[in-house]
Amino acid sequence: MTPDDGSGRASFVLRSPEFQAPHHRSTLRRALPGFSLRVDVRLVLVCLALSLATVAVFLVALSVGDYNIPLADVIKTLTGGGTPQSRLVVGEWRLPRALLGIAIGAALGMSGAVFQSLTRNPLGSPDIIGFSTGAYTGGLVVILLFGGGYLQTAAGAVGGGLATAALVYALAYRRGIQGFRLIIVGIGVSATLASVNSWLVTRANVVDAMQAAVWGSGSLNGLGYDQLWPVLGLLLVVSPVLLAHAPALRQLELGDDAARALGVRAEMVRLSSLMWGIVLVAIATAAAGPIAFIALVAPQISRRLTGTATLALLPAAVAGALLLLASDLVAQRAFAPTQLPVGVMTVIVGGAYFVWLLIREGRRQ
Amino acid sequence: MTETISSTPVRTPLARGTGVRTTVLVALLVVLALSMIGSLAVGARYIPPAEVWRALVDAVEGHGGGEVHEIIVGLRLPRAFVGAVVGAALGVAGALIQALTRNPLADPGILGVNAGAGFLVTIGIGWFGVGDIQGYVWFSFAGAAAATLLVFVIGAGGPAGATPVRLTLVGVALGALLGGVSSMISLLNPTVFEGMRFWGAGTLTSRDEHVLWAVLPFVLIGLLLAATVAAPLNAIALGEDLARSLGAGVLRTRIIVIVAVTLLAGAATAAAGPIGFVGLMVPHVVRWFVGPDQRWILLYTAVCAPILVLAADVVGRVVMPPQEMQVGIVTAFIGAPVLVFLARRRKITGL
Repeated sequence: MTPDDGSGRASFVLRSPEFQAPHHRSTLRRALPGFSLRVDVRLVLVCLALSLATVAVFLVALSVGDYNIPLADVIKTLTGGGTPQSRLVVGEWRLPRALLGIAIGAALGMSGAVFQSLTRNPLGSPDIIGFSTGAYTGGLVVILLFGGGYLQTAAGAVGGGLATAALVYALAYRRGIQGFRLIIVGIGVSATLASVNSWLVTRANVVDAMQAAVWGSGSLNGLGYDQLWPVLGLLLVVSPVLLAHAPALRQLELGDDAARALGVRAEMVRLSSLMWGIVLVAIATAAAGPIAFIALVAPQISRRLTGTATLALLPAAVAGALLLLASDLVAQRAFAPTQLPVGVMTVIVGGAYFVWLLIREGRRQ
Repeated sequence: MTETISSTPVRTPLARGTGVRTTVLVALLVVLALSMIGSLAVGARYIPPAEVWRALVDAVEGHGGGEVHEIIVGLRLPRAFVGAVVGAALGVAGALIQALTRNPLADPGILGVNAGAGFLVTIGIGWFGVGDIQGYVWFSFAGAAAATLLVFVIGAGGPAGATPVRLTLVGVALGALLGGVSSMISLLNPTVFEGMRFWGAGTLTSRDEHVLWAVLPFVLIGLLLAATVAAPLNAIALGEDLARSLGAGVLRTRIIVIVAVTLLAGAATAAAGPIGFVGLMVPHVVRWFVGPDQRWILLYTAVCAPILVLAADVVGRVVMPPQEMQVGIVTAFIGAPVLVFLARRRKITGL
């Protein structure tokens, strides 16, 4: 992306009184000898607002369902009280699912932000390196050819995704990795696998094909604490690592030469953040199947809300969490008792919200 | 979005002169003719080219009949023409959209064409009981046109008007929304799911001359429009300000490109379902050979894309008899290795 991303709102990496950006942004700066801290007020406010909204949706998700539990009881249960009944419904059934929604959404949002920064392309997402398509292929093969259960499908998906990503990386490697070649090779490999996928779907019987389609859209149905702990654990390990990469990634957005001149080891940073980005998607895919669109749209939404033109991991994470949680709520309740896969809803909810954001952005000027 | 790979100009094999380019173009036209003949000869029943020729001559002279005549003139000829038209339409639409957005990930579906078409076909199957290609054509065309129009209206609302980035993002968002609603409907309704999974793969099976005549006018208009914007697109590639000072109408060019893409991609999707990859891959490959001049890119794409589609269709017929493999599935199988190989071997250029 160029600094002006077409939103007409240019923001600059460099912000200081001497270098006044065209649109003044309020920033708090704190300088001590050898240490400086700069806080973008709008960024913090947006993150806070998104987090509050996530908490609100979280509470609603715990309260509504086939068996409604008043909000007061939900809070009582969460703080250790509540009736045995509400402890079962809220604590055992709904809580792990809602927390998983938040964790997986955050993982996908961050991963998308990394990929968009790496490729400097607003359409960049883990899909471009073929992970999602490969994961879908892996899952389809397990479901349609071997009739595997949850664990086998998850293993197949992660295996397929990782193998595809490795293949794309290896094929695109030519004295270093370079955004454009990565995109082109990713297109080629993904397109081949997408063909394999639709071929597998057309030759299966309709019941199996529908089951595969439900899995392939990604779903939180039937997930519990068994999935929650590994996902949360891994997320807590990986996120700090990625956050540590953020400054170097922002410098890489200026171009390899500029970044190198600033002391960034371009190839190392790229490979390493690519890898951690893929680990995040792999975690999400293993737990819930390939959930579409969040990785693509969460960074774009957070970018528009915060008004930053560069990589911003935390806002993307919170936006992803909120989006997935809200989508899951709609997917569960909209056609109850029929439960739609959440992946279908992320596309609808995320797509609709993104369209609205773009319309509003157009009107404001 | 523009990524310059190297600052030194890249020598493209065919960028040396009009003579070389024209010769190669003629050679490619011969290949196209050969793949047309292949498409007539190969199938569940192989008919030698000599017999194909006789059947065609007989048909032109107005007599003929029998089984071979039925197969060639009744079935394979319309199908071959639909394949060629669809290929040319998809390829040129892809070249145009890549030139406009300068995004290597942009394909004709990016403006919501496929999603819009798929959405109305879903509605058609689910609520109007449409079940055959003659019914799908108009639903899918209407959906494609409506979706692109909507993308443009929303995209044009921005402060800078319909900038490529904005159009792309609106197209992706709206396409996702429509695609999501479609898959929601088809997951709630097995009949729709059953119809969509075959329509969604993209196929030329049982396309007769009615389909051809239905989409041909739109494709021809689209190709004409494409021809008129080739030169202005070259100017816009230098940057908008420079293009304006060179006298190119930036907004007008954009609108013409979008109309052309809608007509071409909409017609192609109406005729064959969403065939991915052709519009994405062929322009990239062609650009690496002929250089950045849009006039040559468009010409070459219009010839090469039909070759890919026809070849894929022929391969799809013979690869696992007695069933056919949908052309949309085979295109990527044939094209993707070529794309990856070229991307590795050549010093590739960005957009």
